Amino acid sequence: MPEEKIKLSEVIKQLNLKIECREQFLDKEIQGGYVSDLLSDVMANCKEGYIWITLQGHPNIVAVAVLKEVAGIVIINNRKPEEETIKKAEAEKLPIMTSSLTAFELVGKLYELGISG
Amino acid sequence: MDSEVVFKQEFEINGGDFVNAGESASKLKNILKEIGIDTDIIRRLAIAAYEAEVNVVTYARHGIMRILIYPEKILLTVEDEGQGIKDIDLAMQPGYSTATDEIREMGFGAGLGLPNMKKNADIFNISSTVDKGTKLEITMNLNDKNVRD
Ligand SMILES: Nc1ncnc2c1ncn2[C@@H]1O[C@H](COP(=O)(O)OP(=O)(O)OP(=O)(O)O)[C@@H](O)[C@H]1O
Ligand SMILES: [Mg+2]
Repeated sequence: MPEEKIKLSEVIKQLNLKIECREQFLDKEIQGGYVSDLLSDVMANCKEGYIWITLQGHPNIVAVAVLKEVAGIVIINNRKPEEETIKKAEAEKLPIMTSSLTAFELVGKLYELGISG
Repeated sequence: MDSEVVFKQEFEINGGDFVNAGESASKLKNILKEIGIDTDIIRRLAIAAYEAEVNVVTYARHGIMRILIYPEKILLTVEDEGQGIKDIDLAMQPGYSTATDEIREMGFGAGLGLPNMKKNADIFNISSTVDKGTKLEITMNLNDKNVRD
């Protein structure tokens, strides 16, 4: 049975994520999640509407996320996206969030919210 | 004989331009969407185009990506001027990479780009000459329902 999917805005609230881009396009349903810092792994395995968890803050994450049509990126471990990354993400209307949690902790919480790979 | 080209476009790729890497693949994807190509074909071709583009940025000086759409197929070619590939069989192996630490830090260098291209293409051809450059040819088969005019 198709369950109702949690919205990105709700995930942000529940996990206390910090929004790095302007606050819009958060009204998307999260279809699943993927964790990886290897861009060609993300290209191969991340799916449309997924939330992508990564350590990378380089501008190239935006190109990958846009091509894969992910719902948003969460940069973990208190890392910050580069300024150019934010500029590009805003131009592409791609939400980028940050978290102080590790990948392990964040994914655990995402699972608790009903998001899985 | 090949049938008539329905659509044709070229994109330039500059070696070393990591900030804009992926933009040609993005533009290509938008064009295919507008034309109304099947979403699964778009998804696969976007992956192949992105990986090819990033390889030019990483390993070559300059490259041209060309998209040619025929009624029955899409042909994507990426031709670069650069160092070329000495051992193509080795380069095609998942996990093989000559990326530097600096490049790996940006998330490249998993050694999955070429295998991903091959996996997603209906037909994949690669040829290369050391110190000259590399040429990739990716073909996607279309049913005639895929191209609207
Ligand atoms: N256009 C090219 N010119 C010269 N060498 C290339 C080119 N494309 C690939 N190579 C060589 O083939 C290797 C494997 O390429 P591949 O795309 O599979 O992996 P990668 O680029 O190293 O890592 P990834 O694509 O996973 O980020 C590269 O490390 C490089 O040595
Ligand atoms: Mg590559």
